[in-house]
Amino acid sequence: MTSVTHSSTDPRTVQLTEDGKLRHFLTIGGLNKAILEEILDTADSFVNMGEQSVKKVPLLRGKTVVNLFFENSTRTRSTFELAAKRLSADVLNLDISKSATAKGETLKDTLQNLEAMGSDMFVIRHADSGAQHFIASQVTPNVAIINAGDGRHAHPTQAMLDMYTIRKHKGDFSKLKVAIVGDILHSRVARSQVQALNMLGAQEVRLIGPKTLLPATFAEMGAKLYTRMEDGLKDVDVVIMLRLQKERMDGALLPSEGEFYRLYGLTTEKLNYARPDAIVMHPGPINRGVEIESAVADGPQSLILNQVSYGIAIRMAVMSMAISGQTQQKVQQQLSAQQSEDDNEEASA
Amino acid sequence: MKLTICGGRLIDPAQQLDEVIDIHIADGRVLALGQAPAGFTPERTLHAEGLVVAPGFIDIGAHLREPGPSYKGNLRSETKAALAGGYTSICCRPDTSPCIDSSAVVQQILDKAEALGQAKVRPIGAMTKGLEGTHLSNMAGLQHSGCVAVTNMRNAIDNTLVLRRCFEYASTFDLRVVFYPEDSWLKGEGCVNEGALATRLGLASVPAAAEAIGLSRVLHLIENTGVKVHFGMLSTARAVEMIANAQKRGLAVTADVDIAHLIYTEKEIDGYNSQFFVEPPLRSAADREALRQGVRDGVLSAISSAHLPHEEAAKMAPFAAAEPGMATLETVLAQGLSLVEQEIISLPQLVERLSTGPAKALGLNSGSLSIGQAADICLFKTDQTWTVQHGELFSAGENYPQKGETLSGQVMFTLVDGRVVFER
Repeated sequence: MTSVTHSSTDPRTVQLTEDGKLRHFLTIGGLNKAILEEILDTADSFVNMGEQSVKKVPLLRGKTVVNLFFENSTRTRSTFELAAKRLSADVLNLDISKSATAKGETLKDTLQNLEAMGSDMFVIRHADSGAQHFIASQVTPNVAIINAGDGRHAHPTQAMLDMYTIRKHKGDFSKLKVAIVGDILHSRVARSQVQALNMLGAQEVRLIGPKTLLPATFAEMGAKLYTRMEDGLKDVDVVIMLRLQKERMDGALLPSEGEFYRLYGLTTEKLNYARPDAIVMHPGPINRGVEIESAVADGPQSLILNQVSYGIAIRMAVMSMAISGQTQQKVQQQLSAQQSEDDNEEASA
Repeated sequence: MKLTICGGRLIDPAQQLDEVIDIHIADGRVLALGQAPAGFTPERTLHAEGLVVAPGFIDIGAHLREPGPSYKGNLRSETKAALAGGYTSICCRPDTSPCIDSSAVVQQILDKAEALGQAKVRPIGAMTKGLEGTHLSNMAGLQHSGCVAVTNMRNAIDNTLVLRRCFEYASTFDLRVVFYPEDSWLKGEGCVNEGALATRLGLASVPAAAEAIGLSRVLHLIENTGVKVHFGMLSTARAVEMIANAQKRGLAVTADVDIAHLIYTEKEIDGYNSQFFVEPPLRSAADREALRQGVRDGVLSAISSAHLPHEEAAKMAPFAAAEPGMATLETVLAQGLSLVEQEIISLPQLVERLSTGPAKALGLNSGSLSIGQAADICLFKTDQTWTVQHGELFSAGENYPQKGETLSGQVMFTLVDGRVVFER
């Protein structure tokens, strides 16, 4: 019996063109160090644009980018919108959670309609893990897919802006110990961060949380697991706090907000376990007094606002790389189609 | 109609037969093996040289989609698919729409199946009204109208006292229960096996303990009530071990594993391929090994199809939003033969797990070709290669994950009550 092939949906191949260029950006898994570094380097060229008088480059001129948000998110959507506009793209924002699916339209129908409008790129957030993989397997070669967060699975642009922040402020990954703290179980950000840190060669990746929010299986993603802040933060260079969703604060996962803050909230006192020059990050929006103390969030070690501005540069980098990979692939396909036509003509002649 | 099947290799585990021998059939029954009786002149002779002749396969728990939405399948399409897969009897599951919890629905299914004259249909009734897990169904009435067993499918009966009452009531009529063990709380929204892969993919998972806990609860109640229970679609190593121990203690329990869990592991879902979204979820390689061992040892005395046909759109969604299930009736034999090819089980064992095993588990008087038995027979060619694609398949289900693959082993003839109802 022949083995089953997954060519259409396999994360190991679906994101890259035949010659290894970025084509979709769905997850960190299946990419490689060279591509991650190319993203960081490309972002470097965009990062100071916010301070220039003309905040535009023409890399996506004439392209249509559709922000397809099946889950609400003002912040992430705004940074994608800004990134696309700075690349000179036309941008369409669609809040799908309120329109199409409510009318019973299937996901595939929605996509086909948007494709028919001549879109070149979909930036997608969806509540189901793997939704973007499914979408990437369904769209024509004319559309590039950027994952803006799928279920618990991945949030690769967030992870890359975090990597950018770390590289810019701490340098060489191989010398760094990084701790990620909080609700790991439900976090697509944490999953993408762990993959990116390992791919970039971080010395040590640590995850800290109570066992209800930190299943043992995370060890197999290449992380050391800690249940006590005192142990997990010891000697780390980077502390990344995760947002704790309101609805998870009471019930069977955690007894109370207060106990969580007491054990895992990042206070000035707990930050002292880390190296004195450690940086503090958070994907936002932050819950002050739930996962982080205001004095830490606004303190000298915090890079939370820098992350936001780097986020635009990272999204510009990913979008321009994906469009270029997509264009390249299309040209190659046209060439090979032309070639086979020519061959046929020759054969028939 | 008098018929002779000559020159085939008859494998009948019930008679411990595995030899080239002729079969003579009259009036829908096996009349003689070997020498034709004096004066017997067949109206048709099937030349079965190079074919395996086996008791028609019997399935526990295929979904035949009727009554219910016809775009997912119906009795005509699915019993035809059954014949093409070598099945002559299907004990169909009750979660139809409406569900099989009344004699009227049973009668409707039986009448239609009889009129179609394809595979025999032996419904499994709902154990509770509406499969809701709170009120006992009219089990005696269901049995009287033709149900061979009752089940609550994977719908939870959270109240253990209700479950005990179900067992007590069923055992009153010596009615068998088919049980799919799973702790509904631990399952929650889970759709894949708990482990590193589920963690990486960010999919909600079902721990193996959900099956063990569900099973343990039922085993205790079996000891209490003496009900005869067949466990369906086991997926974990621990469950196989628990069944083996229960059988050693002398409990009257049987169990099956469905074909997908014998062939695949959770690895298939990497890449979010929703064709491999099944319930219970595909498990680890160690679980699959234990299930294969269980089939070899006979702890698992049946292999079920878990056939659950869907239209194409049902799978066209992100993994967890797709509908679970796999269409299998027409690929079970070929996939089972791949286990024979790999020397995991023998060919007679495969035939036994597909015919005699399920018949015994549900107390059916079939699954053997001894003299006087109904001539429900399938003839298959073990090395016949075919491609899983439109034109080869009869099920309305579009969810054969093997589409495009070439498999080895195909049914050439199927006979029900001595009539050739399918030939390729």
